[in-house]
Amino acid sequence: MIQYTLRRLGLMAITLFGVSVAIFVLLRIVPGNIADILFDSAGMIDPAEKQQIVKDLGLDLPLITQYTHWIGGLLHGDLGYSYVSEKPVLDEILPRIPITARLAGLALMFAICTGVPFGVISAVRQNSWLDYALRVVSLAALSMPSFWLGLLVLMAFVDWLGLLPIYDKAPATWGAAILMYCVPAASVGLRSSALIMRLTRSSMLEVLRQDYVRTARSKGLSEAAVTFTHALRNAMLPVITVIGIETAFLFGGLIVTETVFNIPGIARFLVVAISWRDYPMVQNLVMFIAIVVVSVNLIVDLAYMLVDPRIRLRT
Amino acid sequence: MTDALYYARRYPLGVIGALILIVFVLTAIFAGVVAPMDPLTTNARASLAPPSHIYWIGADMMGRDMLSRMIHGARISLAVALGATCIGSGLGAMLGLASGYLGGWFDLIVQRIAEIMQSLPLLVMALVITASLGPSLTNTIIAIAIPLIPNVARVIRANVLSLRELNYVEAARAIGMGRTRIALVHIFPNTLAPLIVLATAQLGSTILTEASLSFLGLGVPEPYPSWGRMLSESAAEYIHSAPWLVIFPGLAISMVVFGANLFGDALRDILDPRQGD
Amino acid sequence: MAPVLEVSGLSTVFHTRAGLVRAVQDVSFSVEAGETLAIVGESGCGKTMTALSLMRLIPSPPGEIVAGSVKVAGTDLLQLDEPAMRKMRGSQIAMIFQEPMTALNPLLTVGRQIAEMVSLHENVSRRAADARAVEMLRHVRIPAPERRAMEYPHQMSGGMRQRAMIAMALVCRPKVLIADEPTTALDVTIQAQVLDLIGDLRRELGTAVVLITHDLGVVAETADRMIVMYAGRKVEEGTTKELFAHPNHPYLQGLLASVPKFGAGEGTRLREIPGMVPALNNLPQGCAFAPRCSAAVAKCQEAIPPLETKRPGHAAACWMS
Repeated sequence: MIQYTLRRLGLMAITLFGVSVAIFVLLRIVPGNIADILFDSAGMIDPAEKQQIVKDLGLDLPLITQYTHWIGGLLHGDLGYSYVSEKPVLDEILPRIPITARLAGLALMFAICTGVPFGVISAVRQNSWLDYALRVVSLAALSMPSFWLGLLVLMAFVDWLGLLPIYDKAPATWGAAILMYCVPAASVGLRSSALIMRLTRSSMLEVLRQDYVRTARSKGLSEAAVTFTHALRNAMLPVITVIGIETAFLFGGLIVTETVFNIPGIARFLVVAISWRDYPMVQNLVMFIAIVVVSVNLIVDLAYMLVDPRIRLRT
Repeated sequence: MTDALYYARRYPLGVIGALILIVFVLTAIFAGVVAPMDPLTTNARASLAPPSHIYWIGADMMGRDMLSRMIHGARISLAVALGATCIGSGLGAMLGLASGYLGGWFDLIVQRIAEIMQSLPLLVMALVITASLGPSLTNTIIAIAIPLIPNVARVIRANVLSLRELNYVEAARAIGMGRTRIALVHIFPNTLAPLIVLATAQLGSTILTEASLSFLGLGVPEPYPSWGRMLSESAAEYIHSAPWLVIFPGLAISMVVFGANLFGDALRDILDPRQGD
Repeated sequence: MAPVLEVSGLSTVFHTRAGLVRAVQDVSFSVEAGETLAIVGESGCGKTMTALSLMRLIPSPPGEIVAGSVKVAGTDLLQLDEPAMRKMRGSQIAMIFQEPMTALNPLLTVGRQIAEMVSLHENVSRRAADARAVEMLRHVRIPAPERRAMEYPHQMSGGMRQRAMIAMALVCRPKVLIADEPTTALDVTIQAQVLDLIGDLRRELGTAVVLITHDLGVVAETADRMIVMYAGRKVEEGTTKELFAHPNHPYLQGLLASVPKFGAGEGTRLREIPGMVPALNNLPQGCAFAPRCSAAVAKCQEAIPPLETKRPGHAAACWMS
């Protein structure tokens, strides 16, 4: 298992290197750089000033040099300076991480806590009206854009409670965070919940057909024991993988949800940075996202190994 | 034909999905005829007009008829979704086929690149690509198509790998059939079913991605009316004063994606029972 | 001695879209303690459905036991409510299955799965249950049982898995053991070992064994008595010796003729039974075997033959004998 983890870490490094090259190149084939934008928006007309900006930001250096500067800094924890705010990138990113992390954690918790039980119910009561209802509702949930759902929720707030919830301050404690973020978390997590529910259902149906479930029944176990000790564990294996994939997908949902609810997290910040062509910010943010995604994938695979002895004990 | 009837009776939800899609596609094609007004004509006096017999589902801030804008918006949404799905699935299938069948270093490189691409969430990658290419209709299609490639390539590759071991392929090899011929005659046709299933399943998510991009202001630019941008324009300010601006574009997106999902589910059950539940 | 298992008039149907499938029709038999009864027939003749009906494990819906009784030591299982039935499963009547690979839960250790049976039916500590599991594994002649108990099914060979399965089924000393094709998935050499093991444990524990198989060789070696099933019905019954020596029903005659015999001499062709088992939702009006039977006459098409005693200890359902 240690050997496996080490090999995976090596592959992760290769992947992240690929991401860094790709994002660096992508951002530089754009026509028009930050200097142009600053130049236009500030209404400056002096070409010498523009030259100065280009020089200050290192935009005149060869691409390879710019890249090695960035990666070299990254490895030392120096992420450079934002073009826009002129503050260190790290100072901009760090305070926003806990906000998004809490939101994502809550959303994922909501998705698992609703998706798994409903999926089990739907499978155990296959073809009942409850099953049909859950399947249609989950498909509808998968069809709604999460930002629209967020807008509808806000609308309900305004119409029924007469207030617009404010999300601009970071909550101090987990308790406060739960209270504050439960609504946006549910609206972004609904999609994942529906997906997890559908997968739990189909996986559970598959497992309930297996011989070992019949064996468990032949031992005289109750339906509840058969469902939970024998079937659910096996049914969760594919669900674990999907929870990993959903964590990456969730980030996409967070981008729009943070925008809708005006939450000052890292996901919305990416859009802001992109529209400002703030290269250092964008490339570091993208790297951060990629690191989170590949780490989650690794954790999920390790969790899978812990649950499934067929993979853990493979020689 | 009798087959179609048989399946239609067995999968009523799939039929509903197909009907929803057909209605939206026809609306998109005949937008000019169906729309009661011009989607771009402004009318100051009709600004934020609530739903009435003239403006069925209200008018926006500029006094443009919402219904007409939404009908024209169907064109953009469906064009982007179909375009991106076709390009993404086509390229993905080609890569997957080549990677699975050729194997070796080619396969290794394709796998690594797919891994790199999959380490970024779909919307993040689409955002970065649009930012890099600049906003236009074509670029939006490309930005949504590219993130689809690795997923399709992986599924098709896995499919090819399992097909390669099948007896009839072994037999074809044993009688001396060439590699290219085996790939075209025996392997490619058998990957079509999963490919169609996968592409249909992705139709819904491409529509949603386009809507998200446009909502964030990085999708299809003016003057095309797009559902996602209609939502972002009206988002915060008019939630209370003109809720129809928020409700209807979102409803249109949800409906068409719901139709695509229903249809995709039924298609999966029919064409590829192993993937289904 | 009174039989431990008494089945009478058992009928099981499946309500399907293609119509009512009569999987088991009016099947009766009894087994005494320490005796082995074989149920023989081609696949699709209702053997496994009979076995699952005895355990009341017919998936329902669509399946339903519509008539009959299944008495284990005098208690009619079909009259019990579900909680009472659960107490019977495993402790009074246990079952082993064809595929030892898929019949064991891949995520739980073998020891745990056996101990689960003990904890369920006997009021013992978890530790004691685990110890019983190890002891039972030793009993089924698995070497190093302490270590094997900690292993997962995928770490064992097919024969060992089937032995673990047997250990699980017998750990609570049930009165009846149903073995559904227990050796079909195993290598021939392992088959003999597993059959010997079942035989030894049967004698030792006095278990009544219902052995379901399509393999007449296995029947000849292990069964005291046998019943032959065709299209959901019992068509012949008697001691194994008697039935092999004087097969009465053309179906059994056909089955026996299709088994190669050592020393039959070159040039002797094996005979097969023409045709296929009829669909159980569309049975002929008369004898279900008539369409495949070379001896069939008009009467066979018209009415189902009753089961009659043809010789001492030998009954068959055939108009022509």
